[in-house]
Amino acid sequence: MGDDVGFEGLAASLVLVAVALAIGWRLRLRIQRDLVVSVVRGFAQLIAVGAALAIVIEPKTPLVWSWLWVVGIVVFAAATTRRRAPAVPGLFWISLVANGASAAIGFAVAFGLGMFPVEGRTLVPVAGMLVGNSMKSAIVVAERLVEALSEGRQEVEARLALGQPWSAASRPIVRGVLRTALSPQIENTKALGIVFLPGAMTGLILAGVDPVDAVLVQLALMYLILGGVATTTAVTALGAVRRLFTADHRLVALPRSTRDTG
Amino acid sequence: MPPPALFSFEQVSVGPREARRLERLDASLPDGGLTVVAGPSGSGKSTLLRLCNRLEVPSEGCVRHRGDDIAQRDPLELRREVAMVFQRPVTFAGTVRDNLREAAPARDDDDALAELLERAGLRRAFLERDAGELSGGEAQRVCLARALATQPRVLLMDEPTSSLDGEAAAVLERLARELVDDGTPVVWVTHSQEQMRRLADHVLLIAVGHVDRSGSAPEVLGDGR
Repeated sequence: MGDDVGFEGLAASLVLVAVALAIGWRLRLRIQRDLVVSVVRGFAQLIAVGAALAIVIEPKTPLVWSWLWVVGIVVFAAATTRRRAPAVPGLFWISLVANGASAAIGFAVAFGLGMFPVEGRTLVPVAGMLVGNSMKSAIVVAERLVEALSEGRQEVEARLALGQPWSAASRPIVRGVLRTALSPQIENTKALGIVFLPGAMTGLILAGVDPVDAVLVQLALMYLILGGVATTTAVTALGAVRRLFTADHRLVALPRSTRDTG
Repeated sequence: MPPPALFSFEQVSVGPREARRLERLDASLPDGGLTVVAGPSGSGKSTLLRLCNRLEVPSEGCVRHRGDDIAQRDPLELRREVAMVFQRPVTFAGTVRDNLREAAPARDDDDALAELLERAGLRRAFLERDAGELSGGEAQRVCLARALATQPRVLLMDEPTSSLDGEAAAVLERLARELVDDGTPVVWVTHSQEQMRRLADHVLLIAVGHVDRSGSAPEVLGDGR
């Protein structure tokens, strides 16, 4: 087998999509249409991104294009988070700050401490991994926060009725939500190498890089992601919970589930 | 000049224009004794109670507490002064001691906490109990003790016995009467005619969104109750 998958290899991998479709059809899950759309959309998006990325990370291309790409990733992540939890007022800006902070801290460490050279081929992928993972956790935080406050309204109001400020009245719920959002990333980090070989490392090994070098890159990325996820979830939770209370310490009306409003 | 009412409601409406829960309501609750606010389900009696500690705010009109516009008061200070016991007992995670400390973090000696429990009809040994393992009646009394921990000057009780059995409900009614006798005015919401007749010194009857009748219990309910 060569280093490149090629379009023939890609076509072969569609066998597994067919397996998923067969399962969906046999168990009447009604996900076949979504599956096909996701496969086609993912294909088109990644091919387009790959083509654009090839231009952006070309050494002759000015670095400003890579930075613009990074900004685009952060903005898109904020817009996605906002769309998934519309019950939180101002979530776009909160998420923009959260993902921006996560990217800034990650970049300061990754590039400021010389882990990676500041080049297009490092900036864009590192930002994608950092913000992509942060965004997933931020969405969990925002959705779960609305649900938990809605389900826990009685406890929150019992605390408010004791004269507690909104920050204290919501604290147990915010803590629970943050634990829920952070635990998958922590579990992933714990299971590194035992249960799964993560994406960057697998990709590097498949591309022929020495496994030890691949491991070092992956570890550095995993720690960056862990820090980024913690930053984003904390900023999102603290920013969002503030917007779910009025200035006179009342919990606003909330949908039972964030998905109801979507 | 008569003393200001415990709470007065001046042309108070609550909720969006197309779905008002209270509509231009005028009422006043006397400063003393036990006032029962009664009415059918959905009449707005709990909304009226929640206006008193600003868990709810009027869309129009003004709510006054002893003459002061509630909207001008610090809501946290007001809620410590006007405590509330809810329909369903909501205990927090941890022991009964933890629950009481949530309301009064400064009260760190068990004697003061035991005294609160005693006012709610519970023994000192309850301090160690896991709040999640209490019966409904015990949990509601812990909620009462927790509400009293802020040293309130008024107590609001929103159908506090609706999830309790007859015996536990009788205990809570007796405790409310003791608080009134000690000088703390109590506003008690109920939909039960029998409970209103047993408890009320004053009555405010609410029809859907507005006041039906109000006055002293003998005036509203008749001398024979």
